[in-house]
Amino acid sequence: MKTELTTKKELDHVFTVRDVSVSYGDFTAVKNVSMDMFKNNITAFIGPSGCGKSTLIRSFNRMNDLIPNAAVNGEINYQGINLYDEEVDPVQVRRRIGMVFQKPNPFPKSIRENITFGLKVNNMTDNLDDRVEKALTQAALWDEVKNDLDKNALDLSGGQQQRLCIARTIAVEPDTILMDEPCSALDPVATKKIEDLMQILVKDFSILIVTHNMQQASRVSNYCAFFTTKATDDGRRTGELVEYSDTKTMFTNPSESLTEEYISGRFG
Amino acid sequence: MYKNLNLTKTKTKPLESFVKFFIKFSAFAAILISIAIVFTLLTEAINFFQDPEVTIREYFTATRWTPTFKNPVYGVLPLISSTLYIALIACIISFPLGLFSAIYLSEFATRNTRKVIKPIMEILAGVPTVVFGYFALNWITPNIVQRFIPGSGVFNAISAGIAVGIMIIPTIASISDDALNAVPKSLRMGSLALGSTRRITALKIMLPAALSGIIASFILGFSRAIGETMIVTIAGGQYPELNLDPRKAMYTITSSIVNVSLGDTPHGTTAYNALFALGITLFIMTFVLNIFSDYIARKYRKEYEQ
Repeated sequence: MKTELTTKKELDHVFTVRDVSVSYGDFTAVKNVSMDMFKNNITAFIGPSGCGKSTLIRSFNRMNDLIPNAAVNGEINYQGINLYDEEVDPVQVRRRIGMVFQKPNPFPKSIRENITFGLKVNNMTDNLDDRVEKALTQAALWDEVKNDLDKNALDLSGGQQQRLCIARTIAVEPDTILMDEPCSALDPVATKKIEDLMQILVKDFSILIVTHNMQQASRVSNYCAFFTTKATDDGRRTGELVEYSDTKTMFTNPSESLTEEYISGRFG
Repeated sequence: MYKNLNLTKTKTKPLESFVKFFIKFSAFAAILISIAIVFTLLTEAINFFQDPEVTIREYFTATRWTPTFKNPVYGVLPLISSTLYIALIACIISFPLGLFSAIYLSEFATRNTRKVIKPIMEILAGVPTVVFGYFALNWITPNIVQRFIPGSGVFNAISAGIAVGIMIIPTIASISDDALNAVPKSLRMGSLALGSTRRITALKIMLPAALSGIIASFILGFSRAIGETMIVTIAGGQYPELNLDPRKAMYTITSSIVNVSLGDTPHGTTAYNALFALGITLFIMTFVLNIFSDYIARKYRKEYEQ
């Protein structure tokens, strides 16, 4: 594996990942990943199904803790703190590192309550109305819903629901947003809106996105990590990081032949 | 060219049409039986109300139920109030216990704990109610009710209510657990990802989202408490007057049916017909509650059908 990040050394690291493997019971989903991710950049994880990219991103905010038998080995440092240190509270981790899911999952409450829930949980109850407006504005949803804040969030369209989920995530002022295939349940128009939104959000947040869609990765990301699956001795498949570089290099001049085959559509 | 292409209908075999008929018959049997029950209850109840000894006014306003006395009084009021009273005590016991065990099972228990608790809960649901009745009379009454609540009789509403409550805990826990599990897991993930704790997620996100299912379980539990017979007959006593003191005996609709039908009440007499009036009263109460719970459960399902 080659990492060609030497030219950007001056950038601040948001995550430094060292030799990380994630397993469920005796099944290793992804192994030996080492990489550094940068502040105020969009890093995309691409690769075929089962390559462990979603598993890996879920270990960045300790959502894997919620799956019985899940174990993370290696070191994931977040701004210098080892996320899996015994002293670290996963609830605090998730307050700093927000997450947007594959399928829009607004709460079956009003639009306003979807935003205020996280604010109340995090004791950010001063200027609730201002915070709601700010979050919805940042998520490019304010103009569409400002007159219907008490409407049930489930009445919104899929794309609006996903932007609401982004709004509630950024409302609690995290540093980083993890996005696990945020557009896979959306149509192209809604997808474009989310992609445009990411370009604005990246000024304030560091963004990690898992995507199945290579075009999306090439459109939105600054850095790109390509994962694939390899058969292990016991016949099962484990995910591995093949190549990690800035997106332009990966899509024009990949250093690994596997990467080239994948991005040119010859497999995957 | 398609060789041997045959698109004509094949003839139905005799066995197949018999099986079809049998399946259809089974489906309609339940409906037919329900109609037969309602029909029997209704005709006999009509006989009761046409009896010159009885007036509808007396049935709904008199405060005694003494059909086998020399000068019988047919007042359903003490029976309805006893029934609701004991059901209410049962609800006070079972709603919180059932709901919290459901929350624990679906939100906090590990898979292994769940594996242990669920079957035990099902055993509790399978205990014959006559056993609960004697448990109430011989254990709850002397060891709990009479010990802590002075002035309690051997037969009392509290003891019967507690036992009925224990009996319906599994119903409430299992339906509420289903309701909580029917809430999409993604909501729990979404809440936790915002930095909320498991407790807040359970109480502020999962519980409200499952609320209609939980209310449906409450109504169903309440309707089971109203219809419960053995426990209240054994432990609740047969006090035929209007009584609002839970330390004393009461007389539920179900136990008065048992009581009259156990005696040598001859067929066709007013006391005999009175059973059916009680039966239809009870039937209407539970029927309305079941429909209500069904309505709420259905409304609840709609929320996530999208």
